[in-house]
Amino acid sequence: MRPATASTSNALTFTSLRLPSLETLAAWLLALIWIFPLLYAFWAAFHPPAFMVTFDLTAPLTLSNIIDAWTQAPFARYYLNTFALVTGVVLAQFVVCTLAGFAFARFPIPGKNLLFMLVLIQLFVFPEVLIVENYRIASELGLIDTLTGVGLPYVASAFGIFLLRQTFKTIPRELEDAARIEGCGWMAILWKVYVPLAKPTYLAYGLVSISHHWNNFLWPLVVTNSVESRPLTVGLGVFSAPETGVNWATVSAATLLSIAPLLVAFLLFQRQFVQSFLRSGIR
Amino acid sequence: MYSLNAYRGMQFYGVLLLLPAAILLITFAYLPTANTLINSLYIPSFRGEPRTFVGLENYQDLLSDTTFWQVARNNFLYALGTIPTSIALALGMALLVNARLPGRGMVRMAYFTPTILPMIAAANIWMFFYAPQIGLFNKLLSIVGISGINWLGDPNVALSSVIVMSVWKEAGFFMIFYLAALQSMAPELKEAADLEGTSRWSFFWRVTFPLLMPTTLFVLINALINAVRVVDHLFILTKGGPNNATNLLLYYVYENAFSFFDRTYAATITVVILLVLALVATLKFTVLDRRTHYQ
Repeated sequence: MRPATASTSNALTFTSLRLPSLETLAAWLLALIWIFPLLYAFWAAFHPPAFMVTFDLTAPLTLSNIIDAWTQAPFARYYLNTFALVTGVVLAQFVVCTLAGFAFARFPIPGKNLLFMLVLIQLFVFPEVLIVENYRIASELGLIDTLTGVGLPYVASAFGIFLLRQTFKTIPRELEDAARIEGCGWMAILWKVYVPLAKPTYLAYGLVSISHHWNNFLWPLVVTNSVESRPLTVGLGVFSAPETGVNWATVSAATLLSIAPLLVAFLLFQRQFVQSFLRSGIR
Repeated sequence: MYSLNAYRGMQFYGVLLLLPAAILLITFAYLPTANTLINSLYIPSFRGEPRTFVGLENYQDLLSDTTFWQVARNNFLYALGTIPTSIALALGMALLVNARLPGRGMVRMAYFTPTILPMIAAANIWMFFYAPQIGLFNKLLSIVGISGINWLGDPNVALSSVIVMSVWKEAGFFMIFYLAALQSMAPELKEAADLEGTSRWSFFWRVTFPLLMPTTLFVLINALINAVRVVDHLFILTKGGPNNATNLLLYYVYENAFSFFDRTYAATITVVILLVLALVATLKFTVLDRRTHYQ
């Protein structure tokens, strides 16, 4: 990733002949500790319950825990709900935040700075902190137990507005003027000039938003109360609550089922995920 | 540049563009915040009578509620337990991964992976470790002849158990910010220090650590927010128990609103959370924004 200087490559050939250094061992040990819980979940999910705490490498592998979890709770429906929720939220966020970000970047709005500060407040006051009042508002709007109710409070995301405003501000005005000479109106300029040039920002924001909403729990828990609207996290929470007495092997199978798509996506696109989280950090 | 009419037109257009976001923010952020503040000053109505204004009475109740103090103390200890540890670990991880290391990609992935798991799933996994009889920790301890600890059932241990899990979940996320900062540091600094014969220890404390200060502040703000905002794991691990030993402010709000159906009291506790967040926001906008430079 970084260019190796002459001195480091010399050192490399020198040290690689020796035993791994103390730092290397520490790094690997820590990595092992850090990944162990996840490996353990895999172990528990794919072995019979008898091998939960017996690490016998010859233990038979089984899919029955996964099948049990899949048949004991409506995971197919939960998947569908989470997919619909995440897609809907991200698309709606793109539209709403693009318009607002564009307004903040390019239009002379009275009291713009004050308005922008007001928007930034939402970086700290999240919908889940206001569960009591948001629940009341959602019920007045008839949104209890709907996917719209789960997603709508997150659509006007201060973070998205901020990110897109910053990106739009870096786009040279000349491009805009050129488009205007060709007869483009504001919407066409936004769609043909600004949005295409902001693609990396959309990717970064999209990935962060997908991970956030795939994993979100508290607000969805409060606002849903039926299988038809519960996302995976809430379904998993209901399924694996200790008092339900479901056996552990099944719970770990269910846990893996609900994290699998995001985990696979992460392992495939690690670089993009990490870059996105990094970009999202610069706020 | 523009004629007055065109300028007015642009103003109007801009306001129009802001409208969808404004309506949603008012509905789900500003209105609920204002309502929370107002509701904390009233006692709700019964059978259609108008609600009664009681001033700060709800706050007096709050201050004399020993459970509230316990929960606030828990949250403080939770922040104190998770934040410095996960920041130190994140920095350590970043330094390890930034150096020459066989299998660096694998190690980095191992550190970061907990970040993308839902808190609920992470809690499920840690439940297998913490469970009293059949949990992995106690099974392993029994092999060496130690009778296990009740990790989540003992009021003196439970909060620490929750803290350990949170640190595991959070450290990898903070690591990537340190890693990015380390990779953008000028290599000349290290070369100069090597010429001078500076020890690695003093290079870290005199050069690296001070240069990482903006990152540390940024991570600190995020960690503070998470300490009041994320309570998902409590739903699986402890439900705030035993006897409120692991109850945190937001979970206490949830309990009051949706288990005890005392929305007024829940609103009053929410105001406390909002005050904490306002404090964090002030810290961010004053200290952090003055010291960091946006690229």
